[in-house]
Amino acid sequence: MKAKTLALSACSLLAMMMAAKAETLTIATVNNGDMIRMQKLTDDFTSKNPDIQLQWVTLEENVLRERVTTDIATKGGQYDVLTIGNYEVPIWAKQGWLLELNDLGSNYEVDDLLPAIRGGLSVDDKLYAAPFYGESAMTIYRTDLLEKAGMKMPEEPTWEFIGEAARKITDRATGVNGICLRGKAGWGENMAFITALANSFGARWFDEQWKPQFDQPEWKEALQFYVDLMKDAGPQGASANGFNENLTLFQQGKCGMWMDATSAGSFVSNPKDSTVADKVAYTVFPSKGELKNHGNWLWSWNLAVPASSQKADAAKKFISWATDKAYTELVASKEGWANVPPGTRTSLYKNDEYLKAAAFASTTLAAMDAADITKPTVKPVPYTGGQFVAIPEFQGIGTTVGQLFSAVIAGQSTVDDALAQAQSITTREMTRAGYIK
Amino acid sequence: MARAVTTQRKVFFTVASWAVALLIFFPILYTVITSLKSETEAIQGFGLIPSFTFENYVLVQTQNGYFKPFMNSVVISVGSTLIALLIAVPAAWAMAFSPTKRTKDILMWMLSTKMMPAVGVLVPMYLIFRDTALLDTRLGLTVVLTMINLPIVVWMLYTYFREIPGEILEAARMDGASLWNEIVHVLTPMAVPGIASTMLLNIILAWNEAFWSIRLSAANAAPLTAFIASFSSPQGLFWAKLSAASTLAIAPILVMGWFSQRQLVRGLTFGAVK
Repeated sequence: MKAKTLALSACSLLAMMMAAKAETLTIATVNNGDMIRMQKLTDDFTSKNPDIQLQWVTLEENVLRERVTTDIATKGGQYDVLTIGNYEVPIWAKQGWLLELNDLGSNYEVDDLLPAIRGGLSVDDKLYAAPFYGESAMTIYRTDLLEKAGMKMPEEPTWEFIGEAARKITDRATGVNGICLRGKAGWGENMAFITALANSFGARWFDEQWKPQFDQPEWKEALQFYVDLMKDAGPQGASANGFNENLTLFQQGKCGMWMDATSAGSFVSNPKDSTVADKVAYTVFPSKGELKNHGNWLWSWNLAVPASSQKADAAKKFISWATDKAYTELVASKEGWANVPPGTRTSLYKNDEYLKAAAFASTTLAAMDAADITKPTVKPVPYTGGQFVAIPEFQGIGTTVGQLFSAVIAGQSTVDDALAQAQSITTREMTRAGYIK
Repeated sequence: MARAVTTQRKVFFTVASWAVALLIFFPILYTVITSLKSETEAIQGFGLIPSFTFENYVLVQTQNGYFKPFMNSVVISVGSTLIALLIAVPAAWAMAFSPTKRTKDILMWMLSTKMMPAVGVLVPMYLIFRDTALLDTRLGLTVVLTMINLPIVVWMLYTYFREIPGEILEAARMDGASLWNEIVHVLTPMAVPGIASTMLLNIILAWNEAFWSIRLSAANAAPLTAFIASFSSPQGLFWAKLSAASTLAIAPILVMGWFSQRQLVRGLTFGAVK
């Protein structure tokens, strides 16, 4: 009995010593399905790396962005791994706030990363963040409603076709809206969609001298089209609808078409939550006439190491584990192929099991391959970014312009007034920031 | 006739009071109802009858763990309240019983610090916390919440103390009571309702404070406000889980408020009918 107690005490002491010796990584992340799943699977990492412990800080996207920005800008050093978007990566990398990720291990197949995603996370060909999952935008539509309207979705739809189909599908008596699009104000909400739409109409945020372009005919045409379409075929109260609200409407069978992030595919096709799971099909984001620009929407959630972290080696080990090919296989073995984080690796889209499990996979890949954030629109631009402009000022400007455009959808303003105000506010902010001399 | 009118008025005021109370309480009630729904039910629109699933509570607990942020909230809110009282009781005593011509100005200055938007001092505060190694510590949050609520505590105690006749304290002094005895044995027992309600209100304010507690904490000192914030998401379904997290976060303070409501009301109306 004495010996048993002694042995137990020794084991406890050893465990305590190991815990004391272990490095603890603090990981800041967002609350979405893929990230929560990763948290559940971290036993795999800690069992392979017993000297590293993990603790998580999960926050809503905007709170996290603000929180992490404060910490990294002041070199607070509270986090060792950050979850950030491809909007922040080039800006922060140029500021010297992120560590270069050139040494993620010999087994880490960096060339397997999708070129568009890798390009968005690199500065001067150096990778500063590893993608955890990526998305572009696509058209999600109801096959039964389109058929009922006597129309067939083309492989590459135009906005003209979408407008006609949406109006035909709309049936106010049964609560069916032809189209559901984002209207809620915010640079990552309605402005993500409207910027992609504007790109496809040939509009641009700024000319080569950083002069705002809201006074140009392309913007007027794009915004007028969006407003008219929402008025004729959109849901009531659309100015309050973001991704989640439109997802709910679509899942409840109240939308004929929905243009949004490719990540919506797994939600609308899940019969557990969606009443229309067996009537959904996907195609690329529409373009305008012959312009053949599909908006160039490209977003990824990525893991990066702040320059202020004292545990860079352990942090890189974790990032390598979470974004490696082996991780997708781990998720597939535990949760099925449909639940693996999409949009980061070419090999995933060559995997037959994944292609079989995810009907939206080929459209997602096509959309991501087509997205070019260095040339987001038809005319030349001085910035990068598809559904955003990758400059630090864009969060503020984008949200203000988003509020102006949302007010038009709510019937509180007109297209002309909103564009005039957007032009004036953006010019003022860009002058203050020193872009316009 | 007069009696009938009185009864009618009584009924009217009773019904109106209940209606107003229900209106004020409804958001909390609906949060509890939503927490007992499935995510699909939660997004399907307004509904008062949930399917009574406790799945969200289990998920919330397994995903983030409730106990650690709960203990952080208890330590930070109670700690900051006790420190604030320790500073505020002598300060309010001095201003109430030995006022100078600048007392009103000092009180106004103290209150004016509450008028500044918190975000205006976020970066300096963050840098101070970084340099003093107080980031993500219970001590750091306790200090900051003490400072934030101190003006309100001083103001409330000052108002209560002013209601106590100065003659009683004078009598105690004439009987030879020291300053310490005067505050502890004469003033404090008379001001207990006021001090108690100030304490309760301050605990509630500290418990619900979100701006600083989210921004100055990470994994170690994050209280329940940060726990709630972790369940909000711009993509995916989260209403039911968020409601469960909110219910768990407000439950302790709601229970505390319920049991101490008599003390709270007594303190808040202290001297009101003098």
